[in-house]
Amino acid sequence: MPALRRGLPWFPGVVLAALVVTAVFAGYLAPQSPTEGDITQKLIPPVWMERGEGGHPLGTDRFGRDVLSRIIYGSRISLIVSLIAIGVAGSVGTLLGLISGYRGGVTDAVLMRLTDVGLSLPTILIAVVLVAVSEPSFRNVILVIALLLWPRFARQIRAETLAIKEQDFVALAVVAGRSSAWIIRRHIFPNVVPTLLVISTLQVGYVILLEGTLSFLGVGVPPPSPAWGLMIADGRGFLATAWWISLFPGLAMLLTVLAVNLMGDWLRDHLDPKLRQLGSRATDPESLAVEPAIEGVGVRGAAAGGDRG
Amino acid sequence: MWRYLTGRVLQTVLSLLVVVSIVFVLTRLSGNPVHLLLDVNATERDQEILMHHLGLDRPLPVQYGIYVKNVFLGDFGNSVLTRRPVVEHIWERLPATVELGLVGMVLSVLIGVPLGMYSAVRRGGVLDAGARVFAVLGQSMPTFWLGLMLILFFGVVLGVLPAGGRGGLLHLLLPAFTLGYFTSAAIMRLTRSAMLEVLGSDYIKFARLKGLHEQVVLWKHGLKNALLPVVTFAVMLFVQFLGGAVVTETVFAWPGLGRLLLESITTRDYPIVQAGVLVLSALYLTGNLFVDLLYSYLNPRIRHARA
Repeated sequence: MPALRRGLPWFPGVVLAALVVTAVFAGYLAPQSPTEGDITQKLIPPVWMERGEGGHPLGTDRFGRDVLSRIIYGSRISLIVSLIAIGVAGSVGTLLGLISGYRGGVTDAVLMRLTDVGLSLPTILIAVVLVAVSEPSFRNVILVIALLLWPRFARQIRAETLAIKEQDFVALAVVAGRSSAWIIRRHIFPNVVPTLLVISTLQVGYVILLEGTLSFLGVGVPPPSPAWGLMIADGRGFLATAWWISLFPGLAMLLTVLAVNLMGDWLRDHLDPKLRQLGSRATDPESLAVEPAIEGVGVRGAAAGGDRG
Repeated sequence: MWRYLTGRVLQTVLSLLVVVSIVFVLTRLSGNPVHLLLDVNATERDQEILMHHLGLDRPLPVQYGIYVKNVFLGDFGNSVLTRRPVVEHIWERLPATVELGLVGMVLSVLIGVPLGMYSAVRRGGVLDAGARVFAVLGQSMPTFWLGLMLILFFGVVLGVLPAGGRGGLLHLLLPAFTLGYFTSAAIMRLTRSAMLEVLGSDYIKFARLKGLHEQVVLWKHGLKNALLPVVTFAVMLFVQFLGGAVVTETVFAWPGLGRLLLESITTRDYPIVQAGVLVLSALYLTGNLFVDLLYSYLNPRIRHARA
C-alpha cells in the first residue's frame, strides 16, 4: 500500500516505531535487570535530582530495581498482550461476523443477540471478577480481554459483510455454483480486511489501558513482572517520597496509547471513511458523529470505553 | 416503537441472566465454599452436613435454579467473614458510589459543555486547539494514573486537597474529576459537533438577522437545541460510572461498592463478590435501557425509524 505511506502522521509513527524497537531489543537497551534489584540501592531519585545516580536514569523502586529498565521491558508486556488478545478476539469476531452476515436467518439472530449481550456488559467489572476468580496470570489476562473484545469485531464485520453480500460479484459466484465457504474466503473476507485493520488498531489503546487497569488492581499480570500497571501500583505508597516510581510508567502508557489512538484515527480516515462514526477515540471532534447519535451509534460509540473509570 | 421497546427490554433481561450465570459458574469453579466456611479441623462428616445444609449436594441445574430464584428475591446470603447478610454490606456502600457518580457526572457536564460550546463558536482558534488536546489526552490517559498524579500534585506538592477518603465537598473534587475526565472530553466533542450543526441552521441565521444579542443566540437558541444528545449522554455516563467505579474508588480509598468488591476479592468473600457484580451490572444494564428508551422517546427520528 504505497499510497498509504504518504502523509503518515509523524508523531504516532515515531512513537510506535520506537516502542516496537524498544520491545524487541529490550535486552540490549535496558541498563539493568527488570526484576532483580539491589536493596541497598532502593528509592534512588532520577539522575537530575540531588541524590540521583547515572546508573539509574529514572531512579529505582523500593526493591532497588531500575525504573527505566522495568519500563523498557514492560513495553513487551503491553505489546504482547494487545497483539495476542486482539489476534484472538479479531479472529473469532471476524469469523462469527462473516458467518452471521452471510448466512442471515436464525444463525444471524442468535449470534447477534449474543453480541448484544457481550457489548452490554460492564467491561472492567466483568474482567476484574473473571481474572480474580480464575487466578491472575499472563494467559488469563489475555483470555479475558479477548473474551470481552470479540463482539466489537463481530458487530462491525457483520455490517460490512451485509453490504458486500449484495454486490454483483457475489451473486455471480453463487450462480457459478461456488460454495458459501469459498465465497466468504475469496470474495467477502478480502473486502473486510481494511475495516478489520482499522478496528484492530483502534482497540490496541483500549487493550493496553484495560491490561494496565487489571494489573494496577492486582488482578492482572502477576508480580514481579514489569507490567506498567503494576509499577504504577507499586509507587502508590511512595507518592510523597518517591513519585518517580508511578510517574514514569504512567507517562510511557499515556504516550503509547496516545500514539496508537492517533494512528488508528488516521488509518480510519484513510482506509475506511465509513467507519468514521465508529470513533470512540476520534481525534477530529466532528467525526464523533456528524448527525449526533442518530442510531444511538454516536453516543454508544463514544461511550464504548466509558466504563474505564 | 413497541417492537423496539420489547426487544430492548428482552435484551436487558438476557444480559442480566448472562451475568447471573457467569457469576454462578465462577463461584462453582472457584472451589468448594465449604472449605472456606469450616475450620481446618472439620471432619468429612461435618463437611457433608454443611454441604447438605447449603444445598450443595443437589444436582447443579437444581442449584442454579435455586440460585437464580434467590437472586431475584434479593437474597444473596451472608458474608463469609462477617456473617452479616450481604445485602446489608451492599446498602452501606451504595450511597458513596452513587454520590461519587453523580458529582462526577455534574463535573464532566460543567467542564465539557462550556468547552465544547466555545470551541464550536471560536472554531479553529487557540481555545479550540486547547480543548482538542484536552479531549485527545482524556481518551489516552490511564484513569488510575491520572488519579495518582492528581493526588501527587494537589495532595502532596500543593497540599490543598485531601488525598483520599470520604468527607465533605473537598474530598469529592479529585475522585470526581478523575472519574469524569474521560467523559468530559467525550461530552466536549459531542457538544462541539452538535453546536456546529445547530449554528449552521437557518433559525440561528434568522435570530442573528433579527438583531438578537450574540449571547442570547448562542445560549438560548443554540445550546438549547444542541442539548438533547448531550443530556442523554450525561445520564448514560452516570450509569457507566456506577459500573466502573472500581478503579477510582480504589485509588482514592473511597468507601463505595467498587472498593467493597475488590476488597472482597482479596479476602475471598465470594458471596459479596457475587452480589456486588450483580448489583453493579444490574444498575448498569437497566440504566442503559432507561437511557435508550428515553432517547428514542425524545428523538422522533429514532422513534419512527425503528417503528
